[in-house]
Amino acid sequence: MDFCFARSRIHLALAVLAALALCALHPASAADKPDPVADAKAFRNYFVNKFPNVKLEDFVNGPYALNEDMRRQWEQKEQFPPYEFSLEMGKELFAKPFKNGRHYADCFPNQGIGIRQDFPYFDTREGRVVTLELALNRCREANGEPPLSYVDDEMAALTAYMAFTSRGKPFAIKVPDDPRALEAYQNGKRYFYARRGQLNFSCATCHVQNPGERMRAEVLAPALGILNAMPIYRSEWGGMGTISRRLTTCNSQIRGVPLDPQDEEYRDLEYYLSYVSNGLSISGPGARP
Amino acid sequence: MTAIPSRAQMRVSIYWLIVLMIAGTAPVRAAGSETAFKASYAAAEAAEREAGRLRNQWTVTEAALADAKKAADKGDFDQAIASAKEAEALARASIFQAISEKDAWKQLEIR
Repeated sequence: MDFCFARSRIHLALAVLAALALCALHPASAADKPDPVADAKAFRNYFVNKFPNVKLEDFVNGPYALNEDMRRQWEQKEQFPPYEFSLEMGKELFAKPFKNGRHYADCFPNQGIGIRQDFPYFDTREGRVVTLELALNRCREANGEPPLSYVDDEMAALTAYMAFTSRGKPFAIKVPDDPRALEAYQNGKRYFYARRGQLNFSCATCHVQNPGERMRAEVLAPALGILNAMPIYRSEWGGMGTISRRLTTCNSQIRGVPLDPQDEEYRDLEYYLSYVSNGLSISGPGARP
Repeated sequence: MTAIPSRAQMRVSIYWLIVLMIAGTAPVRAAGSETAFKASYAAAEAAEREAGRLRNQWTVTEAALADAKKAADKGDFDQAIASAKEAEALARASIFQAISEKDAWKQLEIR
């Protein structure tokens, strides 16, 4: 009798423990599941609240949206923009046929015109993120041409031209209902917030915690809309730079060894950052000090 | 009967003894330093490889490793060991950062 009573008490205790464990696990797993829609909303709200005087659509202009003096200089510069030569070069390169007679246009929807806002995308067939820079090199390789350097002028010029034909179109990045896409998105988010380098900085240290503040002579851009203006002409570089160049340079500046351009982490980061700027217009190519 | 050496002879013998001791120990000391350098450099390299596996190497670690090698090539093993130890400490710090950031990044997240 006593034995049966003891057994049933043990069963009851085990059932209570199991229920408690389930209750404890459930909120944690729900909280850990990526929710891109909620993230994008919170991301946008953060910047809108931080800079109540900046119009939402103006965030794509980076530091010029935050600093009146810089904005005046930029408006004057835009009359003869420093990226004009690169834009011309990009247009020529884009139109120039490969040795097999085909063109870049043959590799993209709508002949590659006005499509920048759809990159990067998650390729469900391959299970990975494809950026515009990667797609351009794939196009070359598929047509028997050697790939371009991701950090050099030609890639910057091509992406500048493609961005220019997409100006005014809002970012329309999709995260399909595919666990691999959600994982890529989450990887990008993790990379954005994780501290690295001897300076112990994350991307967010500058572009979430300190936009509008000065880092030496530079005014830090807000993360919201930061990729809409890419590629950018930088006076510091004396030329145009791709997204790959920007990301690898950021890592070096905080004394981290950069990864290889277009490594998975960088592509995922671009995916995350572009997604949370959905709805904001493409403004590239841009110019920065 | 053995003759007792004069003071002058004694002084010469002591000088020779000192010279021989220095000559005998110098190569041993240099070899010891090189061995110690190789051990320090290997430890630093192993730590930096681990940081690489975690995708979190630092430029300053790479620079310290290069300095260590340069000093060793010049035969300055004291400096080479110091640079290798610095490289190892930096690599270990980058490993610690990579491991702690696996969860710590969430504290910065906009919610």
